[in-house]
Amino acid sequence: MADCARKGRTRDSMDKSITLPPDEIFRNLENAKRFAIDIGGSLTKLAYYSTVQHKVAKVRSFDHTAKETEGDPLYEISVQEEITARLHFIKFENTYIETCLDFIKDHLVNTETKVIKATGGGAYKFKELIEKKLRLKVDKEDEMTCLIKGCNFVLRNIPHEAFVYAKHADSEFRFQNTHPDIFPYLLINIGSGVSIVKVESEDKFERIGGSSIGGGTFWGLGALLTKTKRFDELLQLASRGQHSSVDMLVKDIYGGAYSSLGLTGDLIASSFGKSATTDKEFSKEDMAKSLLHMISNDIGQLACLYARLHNLSRVYFGGFFIRGHPVTMHTITYSINFFTKGEVQALFLRHEGYLGAIGAFLKGAEEDNPNQYSWGENYAGSSGLMSVSPDLNPMQRARSGTFDMLEMDRLERQLVNLPLLQDPSSYVPDTVDLTEDALAREYWLSCFEDALDGVVKRAVASQPDLPQAAERAEKFRQKYLHKLQTLRHQPFAYGSLTVRSLLDTREHCLNEFNFPDPYSKVKQKENDVALKYFQKVVMSLEKLSWEQRQFALVKGLLAGNVFDWGAKRPWLVDCYNEWLERLKGPPHKCALFFVDNSGIDIILGVFPFVRELLCRGTEVVLASNSGPALNDVTNSELQILTERIAAMDSVIQTALKEDKLTLVQSGSSSPCLDLSRLDKALATVVLERHTDLVVIEGMGRAIHTNYYAMLNCESLKLAVIKNSWLAERLGGKIFSVVFKYEVPFKSQELKQ
Amino acid sequence: MKQKDYHCENGGATKTELEEAREREATASPASGSSMMTSAGRASSSNARRTAEPPVKSRPPFPWFGLDIGGTLVKLVYFEPKDITAEEEQEEVENLKSIRKYLTSNVAYGSTGIRDVHLELKELTLCGRTGNLHFIRFPTQDMHAFLQMVRQKHFSSLHTTLCATGGGAYKFEPDFRMMANLQLLKLDELDCLVRGILYIDSVKSNGPSECYYFENPSDPEHCIQKPYRLENPYPLLLVNIGSGVSILAVYSEDNYRRVTGTSLGGGTFLGLCCLLTGCSTFEEALDMASRGESTRVDKLVRDIYGGDYERFGLPGWAVASSFGNMMCKAKQESVSKEDLARATLVTITNNIGSITRMCALNENIERVVFVGNFLRVNTLSMKLLAYAMEYWSKGQLKALFLQHEGYFGAVGALLELLNPST
Repeated sequence: MADCARKGRTRDSMDKSITLPPDEIFRNLENAKRFAIDIGGSLTKLAYYSTVQHKVAKVRSFDHTAKETEGDPLYEISVQEEITARLHFIKFENTYIETCLDFIKDHLVNTETKVIKATGGGAYKFKELIEKKLRLKVDKEDEMTCLIKGCNFVLRNIPHEAFVYAKHADSEFRFQNTHPDIFPYLLINIGSGVSIVKVESEDKFERIGGSSIGGGTFWGLGALLTKTKRFDELLQLASRGQHSSVDMLVKDIYGGAYSSLGLTGDLIASSFGKSATTDKEFSKEDMAKSLLHMISNDIGQLACLYARLHNLSRVYFGGFFIRGHPVTMHTITYSINFFTKGEVQALFLRHEGYLGAIGAFLKGAEEDNPNQYSWGENYAGSSGLMSVSPDLNPMQRARSGTFDMLEMDRLERQLVNLPLLQDPSSYVPDTVDLTEDALAREYWLSCFEDALDGVVKRAVASQPDLPQAAERAEKFRQKYLHKLQTLRHQPFAYGSLTVRSLLDTREHCLNEFNFPDPYSKVKQKENDVALKYFQKVVMSLEKLSWEQRQFALVKGLLAGNVFDWGAKRPWLVDCYNEWLERLKGPPHKCALFFVDNSGIDIILGVFPFVRELLCRGTEVVLASNSGPALNDVTNSELQILTERIAAMDSVIQTALKEDKLTLVQSGSSSPCLDLSRLDKALATVVLERHTDLVVIEGMGRAIHTNYYAMLNCESLKLAVIKNSWLAERLGGKIFSVVFKYEVPFKSQELKQ
Repeated sequence: MKQKDYHCENGGATKTELEEAREREATASPASGSSMMTSAGRASSSNARRTAEPPVKSRPPFPWFGLDIGGTLVKLVYFEPKDITAEEEQEEVENLKSIRKYLTSNVAYGSTGIRDVHLELKELTLCGRTGNLHFIRFPTQDMHAFLQMVRQKHFSSLHTTLCATGGGAYKFEPDFRMMANLQLLKLDELDCLVRGILYIDSVKSNGPSECYYFENPSDPEHCIQKPYRLENPYPLLLVNIGSGVSILAVYSEDNYRRVTGTSLGGGTFLGLCCLLTGCSTFEEALDMASRGESTRVDKLVRDIYGGDYERFGLPGWAVASSFGNMMCKAKQESVSKEDLARATLVTITNNIGSITRMCALNENIERVVFVGNFLRVNTLSMKLLAYAMEYWSKGQLKALFLQHEGYFGAVGALLELLNPST
């Protein structure tokens, strides 16, 4: 049933006394447009689209036809303003609605906006207020349609959106991989009643059933039984109660289990079966608990019956009954496990509360065609799961109100799976899930905290001529430190916590304070230096015997030929002999190479290796980051470098000319690599060229992520482990070498 | 497997008296023999029994009882032989006589025991004897008072076997032994239930119909109870609404399976009513419910959408949220106890209806038989169920009801005494 409870609880007077820090909440209002609002029984969700102006580092090649002078830099770096699209979603208590509307009106500059899309039960109630305050026409959208649209959007765009809840596990939240195909699924929306919706495609969904026993029943009946008014308080009562004093259990009837049917003694035979008496008093807590079980079990049972009838195994739960409440997530999970004997898992969504607002927004933004883009959750601007959960953090709630935010950046490119993944649905990029591994989590959180000073320094140094660099850097420090602290207490805040998510969060925070590329100057200098040695390195390699050269090339990849890391074999992971054997065989058709660092690594490590592949007759696709991350070489930098190398090296030059060497961008701005979110153009090239070798290098891409990734072609994963803790974990020492050469099972068979 | 304390002395090749009697009467349809009501696992032994029946003399001594001890109510069926010869009368021990007289001359026992006189089956031939079958019930919480009485009446001196089913057969077994010196033959409640239903339906096939349905359930003016012939009933969904609910899919006389159950049953209705209205009995709760109005308590589709929610084919009168109006303090104060009782009844009943409907769809069964004491004197719920089945299935499902709604388990237990299935 639709979420009609939303009319239920609103306070008589608006709270106008609160002081908001609204510029931190309603961000980028100046350019905001396409407002949408979802007003529920207690929470309002506001959505808008805005453009964000932020600085990006651009590299531009000098005109090298002119005579070069010693000491000229290779290319110029300029910080430019770039405009990107961002979606803002804010959730707050209905109490604040008037204050918020006032604030928005005061800061809204864009006057094109004439309409606000609205959904939710409260949309009627607040229609006049909204129209009066914002002078926008309220355009009501169907609740269920918005909900489904929102659900499709988050499932498609936010990795780790869905999770399984396990109260007693080490990690309560077990995040699910984004399945390449999100359909079909069942959405059980538990508002005041229950709606069961089968979603088959973007535009096709059907309400296949429902029940009148839902959140409203828990709330209404609970209020009558316990004289408790608030929904949250009822849940609190329930979490403290013992249902066995109110419910008639199987053992109350049987004296034990009803074993021939497999019904255990503790199973509830009759909810409230013991309260059929006038001579006993029951505690509020016990009654609330019994009621909670009764309703959760009933909903779970119906959900299972519908899932079975329609043969669906993905079942998502939402609605105010579920929203952020561990108590109800637990009872629903228990019920689903019981009724399906573990065959179906109850799935919950991190951004479930936003679905209606997102959907309403999408309805209003159809002309912008937001579904043609990929979007990414901005960790800097999003609050994370349970940021305002009363159960988890009552202090925070009292202090800051319940403002919760989600920001999503429009990505320049559409992201897809690497077509070479063996099983996209089971691919997990990250090697260690820090949500589950408490030891590793502690180590990495401290590690990132310790590194923060250095990052701040680097950020300031990267912008000697820009204003307030020190202040901005300090703000960055505060923000990131706060994120780390949040993650210490709520490691599940942004899905599975991983080294990758920690790195990405740092990048997002840096961008937030206009440090788009703290390493730009370092990279420039390193590239410059390395280029000078390129020809020398190539020449010395040419002098080696074939076998010696192959080893030197691999060493170069590992250490940029400079340090003596990895000289001593066997390495920690050592498949070099197999690789060498393979090289004696026929050349690969096409190698896809995910590159890592600027400077020595790319110029003196990767290029000579690529050169050798080209000489063998293998085409090469070099995939580099679309945006900056640490000292990783970006696509625009790599283009300049390649041009320069081509000018010095005929092999590279010919390969470029004959289209045997291609540069593509990965679509990522992370020091790690998620093979399930790559630029669509890259995927196309990979398929067209019949890629049969993937090389992934560096700690971020080959160790923190993708170490266990299974591809359906040959792959090389190589890195030097430059972190002693991680090296020890893998059974080695700092500067241990990983050289992993993998051949998928099938092609191995073919060879034999 | 079933515990087996009692058995006839030997297995001869003759038919049971029951079956002979049936054949004489020529009323039994081929599908209605009581000896066939066993679960799938016992199909083979049941088949074996048909060719190797116990001899007539295996008939157990009187008194013949069947007992079903549920979570809320104890159901007792008693066979009163009416064909007692003078010789027998003389031989009948005093204790047995006194029990017979006590049970048949009263309609109420103690303060809570009741004999449902209207259900009595007269001139029934059972195991070669003719007599009346009596239906008696009392609350499970008075079990100990019952055991006291059993002791006072020196039941144990009769050397009879007491066949009992329901959870209480297990829970109270030690009490029976200790307080009344009686050994129970414990029987599975679902076996007994299925067996009892098919038996009662078969013996009543030429009398007033045991099974009935409601014609025009959507139209209160013209909604009438109509007899239904339950011949060739398979497959059939059997919904037993006691304190809790069990749903069985019955595919043939000896093949059934418990599909699911729900804890929202008769016990929930009464338990919630007691808490919400201060009433103390089922009758009181039902009486209140009959005078109340649930639409003041529940939030309806039209309360939210102002009418039908057309996009999803939901009529305005459908309940969107049971007790949904009670989220609001002002509305809480405007409802009566009767309204609350009615809402509780409607909530529980509709929920059983929708789970049943889903099971029927999953099992691909079109006929549903509702039994259990929740339906006793509860026409309101029966009509609601009849309507819900018809409306939501667009006429595909038929809700059937049985006159002896709550007694089938006890009947099944009695049959086990007379004609053990193993």
